[in-house]
Amino acid sequence: MKPRLLRLFLLLVGLLLWMPVSAGAQEGEPTDDEVNAIAHQLYCPVCENIPLDVCPTQACVQWRGTIRQMLREGRTEEEIKDYFVQQYGERVLATPPARGFNWLAYVIPPAAFLGGAIVLAQTMRRWRRPAREEAASPAPQAEDPFIERLEQELRKRA
Amino acid sequence: MVANVGYFSLVLAFVVALYGAGAAAYGARRRKPAFVESARHALLLTWPLVSVAALTIIVLLVRGEYEIAYVASVTSNAMPPYLRITALWGGQAGSLVFWSWLMSAFASAVGLRKWSRDRDLLPWVIVATMVTLSFFLSLVIFFENPFARLWLSPEGQQLTALFRPAGASPIFPSDGQGLNPLLRHPGMIIHPPMLYLGFVSFVIPFAFAIGALVTGRTDDRWIRITRRWTLVAWLFLSLGLILGGRWAYDVLGWGGYWGWDPVEIAAFMPWLSGTAFLHSVMIQEKRRMLKQWNMVLIILTYALVIFGTFLTRSGVLSSVHAFAQSAIGPMFFGFIGLTFVISVSLLIHRWDALKGENQLQSMLSRESLFLLNNLLFMGILVVCFWGVIFPLLSELFTGQKVTLGPQFYEPATGPLFAALLLLMGVAPLSAWGGRSWRVLGRAIWLPTLLSLAVPVVLLLQGVALWPALLGYWLVGFVALVTLYEFWRGAMARHRRGENLPLALWRLAGRNRRRYGGYVIHLGVVVMAIGIIGIEFFQTETQGTLAQGEQLTLGRYVMTYDTLAQWDEPDGRNITRAVISVYQDGRRVGELHPRRDYYYASQQPMTIPGVRATLEGDLYMLLVGWEPIATEGATFKVYQNPVVNFVWFGGLVFILGTLVAAWPEREAEYALATAPARRRDAAAEGAAE
Repeated sequence: MKPRLLRLFLLLVGLLLWMPVSAGAQEGEPTDDEVNAIAHQLYCPVCENIPLDVCPTQACVQWRGTIRQMLREGRTEEEIKDYFVQQYGERVLATPPARGFNWLAYVIPPAAFLGGAIVLAQTMRRWRRPAREEAASPAPQAEDPFIERLEQELRKRA
Repeated sequence: MVANVGYFSLVLAFVVALYGAGAAAYGARRRKPAFVESARHALLLTWPLVSVAALTIIVLLVRGEYEIAYVASVTSNAMPPYLRITALWGGQAGSLVFWSWLMSAFASAVGLRKWSRDRDLLPWVIVATMVTLSFFLSLVIFFENPFARLWLSPEGQQLTALFRPAGASPIFPSDGQGLNPLLRHPGMIIHPPMLYLGFVSFVIPFAFAIGALVTGRTDDRWIRITRRWTLVAWLFLSLGLILGGRWAYDVLGWGGYWGWDPVEIAAFMPWLSGTAFLHSVMIQEKRRMLKQWNMVLIILTYALVIFGTFLTRSGVLSSVHAFAQSAIGPMFFGFIGLTFVISVSLLIHRWDALKGENQLQSMLSRESLFLLNNLLFMGILVVCFWGVIFPLLSELFTGQKVTLGPQFYEPATGPLFAALLLLMGVAPLSAWGGRSWRVLGRAIWLPTLLSLAVPVVLLLQGVALWPALLGYWLVGFVALVTLYEFWRGAMARHRRGENLPLALWRLAGRNRRRYGGYVIHLGVVVMAIGIIGIEFFQTETQGTLAQGEQLTLGRYVMTYDTLAQWDEPDGRNITRAVISVYQDGRRVGELHPRRDYYYASQQPMTIPGVRATLEGDLYMLLVGWEPIATEGATFKVYQNPVVNFVWFGGLVFILGTLVAAWPEREAEYALATAPARRRDAAAEGAAE
């Protein structure tokens, strides 16, 4: 084989080898699932309380398009979310970042629950004391036969 | 003309309700029974009056009198008569009339009961119900009038007013806008009435509680009278929530039934406090404890009922400012504030008298566990309440709107729900008064050990998500303990010679509240199976397919066959895809996801194609399509494992509530035969 032909042959082989590689890069096109994974964590400012991944409005279709475009450009999830926050404010996030006033969103419920638990524990402790004192005295007698019979029946049923 | 009759009867009902409240309070204060009796008659009169108004609206809706603004906004020529009737609660003004109508009906039912023993409570029950009724009627009369007409001003502006504005001429549109398409679903037709029934019936126990507070009757009479009301309220509220979930699943097209949307939570909050109340009144009945706390709970539930209506009706959720613009928002806000302050002041006034016989013999007693149950329900309530109002506070104080989605609620409430499940398993093993660690331990170790089989089997099948395993273990534990309770009781009767099914039937029949409660617990367990399933194991995928192409999810392969588009006579354009579903290579059926577009309201609706099996649902949505169908359409598919257990569990749940709420003949008999002063004790004996 002449060197020129050989060179041409090698070039063709190289091209053939290179083409699948470029096709692979084409497959790097973000899938719907990748877009939705990010959209699921976002809310559009128009449709209230509907996550972006399931919102059927035209505006939300365009937003998902933006996410796809940014993924295509190689941006990370964090970068995309930051972009939307910058554009439309923190309300696009499913939960606001825990700083400033928003901090209260995360602190109040556990604090209230803890407070409730403490109050309950103290109340239960207080309510136990008279019971102990009473335990020393004899059990109160039923005051009439009707109640006594009822008590008996109840005991039988229990 | 007809509209004027309706409006007039509304105004009359309002005046009568106000008179009733005033006369009852005056009669009680000045000890003039004639006034109280007159007030009772006024109360009984409100129902026919509001009925006339409600019927008038229905007539206008069915006849399609579009010159009435409300009729034009919720009906159209294309709507069938049954939908026109349900349009009564399809819009703001109509649903407020519907609310008032239910309120007057329930108030009348209470007004007709035998009051001989509870004369002193009557006037205050009238005051509480009639004040609530007149508040709702005032909203309809002054702000959201369902009888207002459409007019054309001389400047060519369209006006809405009851009477002809100067120089204006009436408009007679030939068609209306029609009901919001999202509301044209069987679930949505029944869901609002159920929810409202639940809301309104909770007003009755509240009214009796107020009666007890004002008169200083600190015994548990008010609880005994309203026990069934509370259960009925709770039944309807639960039913409303379940139907709402089903509606969301079928119509909203996001693959789930509960999205922690503020509107959902608005209905869920009174349910939470009501559930806590249902449990804690049992402690008061059995142990004469918690008199103060039960008052707190019923006042809270009433406030949450009004708050829930406020949230959904005032527009406050979309923005604090929308709330200020709507006329009824500030009214609601004022009413909630006023009733809450008055109720709480009454409670504080009687605080010492309500001290009761609070004592705990043991931390392991059933009453202690019920207290823990209340703590958990309140914990969930706090998360919900805070989650709903925090975005409003944020907007108010910082001007910044924020969103709190499921990612906020789920981690916060999940552990609390799990703890509730655990309590549900332990409580039936405990006893009133208490047991020692040893006795409880002896009862508990076997079901604990046996139920561990559930997570072990799941683990062997490759489920390795510890929260799900924990959840399913709890489900197994509760189911085992509860079923054992039935078994134990039925066997005891069986040994005395009854056959087993009869023994079970009689067991539940004789102790309706107890065994009804256990059936409800079983319902919760079955629902939990579905909830844990969809929460942890839902999978989804989305893809754009050309005809003949496939989408794969788990064991399913879906092939896109065809797409068709046509107009329906009821004003819809339907785009429907046909999808073949293959499971493990075998064709198992077809799915028809579609998108309905309503021309009049310019609103699209995404209706999923669902293949439902006990194993789980395949739930497919048509997300979008190219104008030329052959070019491709986008589909989203969810696999929702064991989701149908949610609905089965819901059925069991409702069944259990019916068992618990069913009137007891034996209790009535005991009441009639026992000496009067022992009636309460006898009722208790028969009930348990």
